[in-house]
Amino acid sequence: MDMEYSAEQIAFRDEVRAWIREAMPAHIKEKADNGGHFEPEEITEWHKVLYEKGWVAPNWPEEVGGPGWDVGQRHIFGEELILANAPALSPFGLNMVGPLLIQYGTEDQKKRFLPKILSGDEMWCQGYSEPNAGSDLASLRLSAEKDGDDYVLTGQKTWTTYAQYADWIFVLARTSTEGKPQAGISFLLADLRNTPGIEVKPFMTIGGTMAFSETWFDNARVPQENRVGPENDGWTMAKALLGHERTGIGGVAESHRWLLMIKRIARDTPVGDGTLWDDRRFRQRIAELEIRQRVVGVANLRTLADAQTGHAPGPESSILKIVGTELYQEITELAMDALGHNALGWTDSPSDALPTYQQWIASEFNYLRAATIYGGSNEIQKNIISKAILGLPSS
Amino acid sequence: MNFDLSDEQQMIVDAVAKYVDKDSPVERFRKLRDTETGWETKAWRSMGEYGWLGVAYPEEQGGFGGSFVDTALILEQLGRGLVPEPFIASVVLAGGLVSRLGTAEQVERVLAPMIAGETTLALAYAETQSRYDLFDCGTKAEKSGGGYKITGEKVWVLNGHAADAYVVVARTAGDRRDESGLSLFIVEASADGLSRTRVSCMDGQSAGLIKLDGVEVAAENLLGEEGAALSELEWASDRGAAAACAEAQGCLSELLDRTVEYLKDRKQFGRAIGTFQALQHRAADMFAEVQLCQGSMYLAAISADSDDRETRIADVSVAKTQLTRGGWFVQENAVQLFGGIAITDEQDTGLFFKRVRVLQGLFGDADHHIARYEMQPRFEAAGD
Repeated sequence: MDMEYSAEQIAFRDEVRAWIREAMPAHIKEKADNGGHFEPEEITEWHKVLYEKGWVAPNWPEEVGGPGWDVGQRHIFGEELILANAPALSPFGLNMVGPLLIQYGTEDQKKRFLPKILSGDEMWCQGYSEPNAGSDLASLRLSAEKDGDDYVLTGQKTWTTYAQYADWIFVLARTSTEGKPQAGISFLLADLRNTPGIEVKPFMTIGGTMAFSETWFDNARVPQENRVGPENDGWTMAKALLGHERTGIGGVAESHRWLLMIKRIARDTPVGDGTLWDDRRFRQRIAELEIRQRVVGVANLRTLADAQTGHAPGPESSILKIVGTELYQEITELAMDALGHNALGWTDSPSDALPTYQQWIASEFNYLRAATIYGGSNEIQKNIISKAILGLPSS
Repeated sequence: MNFDLSDEQQMIVDAVAKYVDKDSPVERFRKLRDTETGWETKAWRSMGEYGWLGVAYPEEQGGFGGSFVDTALILEQLGRGLVPEPFIASVVLAGGLVSRLGTAEQVERVLAPMIAGETTLALAYAETQSRYDLFDCGTKAEKSGGGYKITGEKVWVLNGHAADAYVVVARTAGDRRDESGLSLFIVEASADGLSRTRVSCMDGQSAGLIKLDGVEVAAENLLGEEGAALSELEWASDRGAAAACAEAQGCLSELLDRTVEYLKDRKQFGRAIGTFQALQHRAADMFAEVQLCQGSMYLAAISADSDDRETRIADVSVAKTQLTRGGWFVQENAVQLFGGIAITDEQDTGLFFKRVRVLQGLFGDADHHIARYEMQPRFEAAGD
């Protein structure tokens, strides 16, 4: 039994780490090193750098543009991007609808959509949740009525992440009200910018960014050829899309990066005649979270090991979303504590009043309250564990 | 990167599991806890015959050349049955030190019979005032004749009430809290001037209070280098901590399994209490901690064999902290979810609860390990 990367994996890690450092444009690297917040243009710029290298879609098959990496290499590369604080690419095209089309799309759909997802020329967003359909997604009400060669969409989506920057949206829409709610849903692709009747309304979050939008559909026409998979089989599509690799969901690498940042803040924060780093009680708070991060990290490695040996995911993978996100939040809370009065700072302060890396901490701290809510809330995850793994009865 | 058990490991795990199931279920522990020794020489001898005691010693010492992971896997299974034989005291602590530091003669005389299951050992180090400071030692070993004379008192010696021989930590130089000047000695239980008192422990096992009153020890019973024992004692204590994580893992898994079964069986208000979402979520949280403890048990077991002291210290402290905090969540909620019957001695939940609490308190509690982790150069260096 061992927990080590192989020599080849270590060499790969060193290679990608060095490449990321060299390939990052200077202005992006400066923000990355100083904990800044990336604008959409900067994210697109980084997308193109990865695309030119051939490393933008590690989880796509080689035939459609993937680099041909195994699960260990994908995991390592993903971690290195996070540790370098590189701009996080939008996942909706590369990690969601792209792989779905690869698996379930028609040849025409693959030809039409995959190249531009890969190149970053088209951006995507996800239309799942509705004001009355969050955890209970199957109760969604966006209706899609057949008319000629089109579906006519009426209704509303919410939590559409960065829809204001997206070109296309994939939606779950109701094409039938017969039978169980899950059995009447279809998976549709809609052109956000060129479809009359679609309106995107971004809204402000507690993190100070307009990360989400409401997306309204008022008799918006979507060609039936833009349906992925059979009609009324959208629920299968939705679940397949969520079955992507799970070693990233615990936020282990992000937590590691934040812990390093907290240590940096502590060293930079004067307290009396010394710094916050001289305060053993504060250091022990960091140590306690770092210990927990290592424990969650081991669970993450066990999940990776299962994937590498081709085992079905073990039970430890189902807990990662819960314990990982809770830990991540606790670490952001400690970062706020580390800042002391500086935690009051907000993102629109004059930029020389605080070091860059301190300006955005409060924004992320607030936004990341969502971590235990999105991706299947932690309460839903516990429902799943208690029923599917522990076999506890429903009634 | 591989967390799978090898075929040999799986065979050993299956054999120990079967032994616990057939020969040492919890009922056996219940009977033994009222006896003077608390365990049985015939069971110990069986374990010797099965090869479980020697699994991780070098082949040239009569062992099987396995790793600490092998030992941990055995302990995990023993934990499931609350098997009381003195595995940690004999095999991990005292046996570990004799194996690591002993001359061929000492190994032959002291270790070989233990591996065979004929004798048991104990490591006597803690003192009334020492808490978790391994270097805090008032027991003195003065040069006398060609050997030494040892005087002092040791507390909470695991298997100290029954061991055939001890490894005793005594000071050959320096003041009570000096880090250098500690030495290890092999002392027979029958030695003149050694007296021992059995104390009952919370978990139903026993320990020993050992008094050494001018105990004469020949020079060939010095174990390892005179005055340089602290780093070896630290090594042994870390392996004890890793062993505690392993045995506790078996207990915690039992607690979780039994709790989930109870939630399915117990009916109140016309339905199984496992249908109540509050309890379902509590059980899911317990499941998460058991999984996390499992991984950190492996982490400690692998690093217990590391040649890098800082790696061993860091990883053992990580695992011991997880046991003491995350593991605690499991055992306290097992009692809570069983309700009133868990407060009875008749029901098994309390037995597992208490054994885990003992293991959590040995070899450093969470505060000790968090502080130790925080003092490591690695923790200090990161963050530039």
